[in-house]
Amino acid sequence: MGEGFSMNIHVFVKRVPDTESKVRIDQGTKSVIEEGLNFVISPYDEYAVEEALRLREAKGGTVRVFSVGREESLVTLKKCLAMGADEVVLIKDVTPESYDGLRTARTIAAAAKKFSGFDLLLFGKQSVGADNAQVPSMVAELLGLPQANVVTKLEIAGNEGTAYREIEGGTEKIVFSLPAVVSAQKGLNEPRYETLKGIMAAKKKIIPVVPVEELGLTAEELGSTVEIIGLDVPAPRQAGKILQGDPAEAARELVRLLHEEAKVI
Amino acid sequence: MILVFMETRDGKIKKASLEVLSEAKRRAAELGAKVAAAAAGTGLDGIAGEVFSRGAAKLYLIESPPLDAYSAQGHAQALFSLVSEIKPGAVFFSATAMGRDLAPRLAAKLGAGLASDCTKLAVKDGKLEFTRPIFAGKAVLSFRLKSSPALATLRPNVFPLETAGAEAGEVIKKTVEIPEGMIKGRVVEILREECAELDVTEADVIVSGGRGLKGPENFTLLKELAAIIPKSAVGASRSAVDSGWIGHQHQVGQTGKTVSPNLYLAFGISGAIQHLAGISSSKLIVAVNKDPEAPIFKVADYGIVGDLFQVIPPLKEALKKTLSE
Repeated sequence: MGEGFSMNIHVFVKRVPDTESKVRIDQGTKSVIEEGLNFVISPYDEYAVEEALRLREAKGGTVRVFSVGREESLVTLKKCLAMGADEVVLIKDVTPESYDGLRTARTIAAAAKKFSGFDLLLFGKQSVGADNAQVPSMVAELLGLPQANVVTKLEIAGNEGTAYREIEGGTEKIVFSLPAVVSAQKGLNEPRYETLKGIMAAKKKIIPVVPVEELGLTAEELGSTVEIIGLDVPAPRQAGKILQGDPAEAARELVRLLHEEAKVI
Repeated sequence: MILVFMETRDGKIKKASLEVLSEAKRRAAELGAKVAAAAAGTGLDGIAGEVFSRGAAKLYLIESPPLDAYSAQGHAQALFSLVSEIKPGAVFFSATAMGRDLAPRLAAKLGAGLASDCTKLAVKDGKLEFTRPIFAGKAVLSFRLKSSPALATLRPNVFPLETAGAEAGEVIKKTVEIPEGMIKGRVVEILREECAELDVTEADVIVSGGRGLKGPENFTLLKELAAIIPKSAVGASRSAVDSGWIGHQHQVGQTGKTVSPNLYLAFGISGAIQHLAGISSSKLIVAVNKDPEAPIFKVADYGIVGDLFQVIPPLKEALKKTLSE
């Protein structure tokens, strides 16, 4: 592959409750109650899809989007089709959320092997919800590929990529060879809206479904390393003191309280 | 044994790594285990004193020139060979940009489970239990890992530092073969932000602004306030970031950063659910908002109902006075 050649990009997306969601727990199953939640594509994954589409528009090639999960994830994949993805694939896995990144990474690595011939694997930097941020690095390791995570700018030239990744108080510039794993951070791009034409076409498209059991993973590989003990909603914080008086008085009182009562200043 | 990866920049240990070492020491005492530290790169002999004084009995220095620049592939390979040899029961990292990049790579190499961004560790029946927020803090998950070793990253600013003692230890040097061509991606440059400000995840105090600031120019007020408070950083709500008033690296909340400062000062932030989730592990929250009904007041320890533009100037003066005393 070089300049002027097309890019085949796989993007991996997850269906998650939107960020407005209030989380309620079923203590019997130690799981999040899904009833009443509005599900969306995980926001960081949306940046990954957008980046893949932009690279394809610049260089040609294909964008194939995968999701691992139950059939409900077909809605998420249809959104990706409506945004402009060429193909989408559901890796059907009905196992309840285990919060185990390794299990998901093994599934995705096996799917990537099955649909080989990619130049780039794109992810969101983490799923909104599990918040693990494990899967991209794990997939990179399982496939022996270089990685660039939490990326806010990506450039591909020929067989080489340059990624700018956010670190504390700065940015790391990473240079890597393709194929590679890249995970998207907010700021990478501004995701497009679906077009009406795209939505109509997505409706008609038949989405291939690959059961996770058909990826050649052993029972051990599909087991979870995580043994859940508890899942709770944290005790709500208590409302504190409202400081009265004019702004100057209130400000002085605040500093006094921070210094003398809370002792944080 | 608990092995702790020490993150170094320019030959110095990051504070977050010392926090992890401190927590490892506390948990190891309960487990009846020892603590060892590991660092990768050359010229790191100077960190030994600090590592031993915080409770590590051994320091493994993996010296190999390719490890001088961080690469996930190279560092994971170095730690993999060390872990395979010394077989620790657990390996801890700080949940910094580097730790969160490296730990999963090592976990996959070892086929081990990883607990990301933990805010609490415990030992029960001789086993480690990990607690971490999910949904940016809307829920809290506790679990054990079935694998050995068990890997974990620990959130910065949450675990208290042990006071330095005078313990001595043993430096053990290792070299690791990194085959030519194994590292296919590496950091070539680190671009610092102009004023080299502290990241919100590392700050003791966060001065944060939302839509109530009315425009990008007014973030200057917050920056001036932050400038007089030691170890502080400027944060922002999603709406301020999405309006383009300040860079997204400042965003606090569910699609930004989850923070745990000693003090979170929220100016003109109404307190949307995704923002409140992201600040819920702050030790103290102060809100200044014109709207007495703003949800932020439901979680604030101290609140001022008023115009932030009238509150900030006297606040700045009072802070200056108190801080100089």
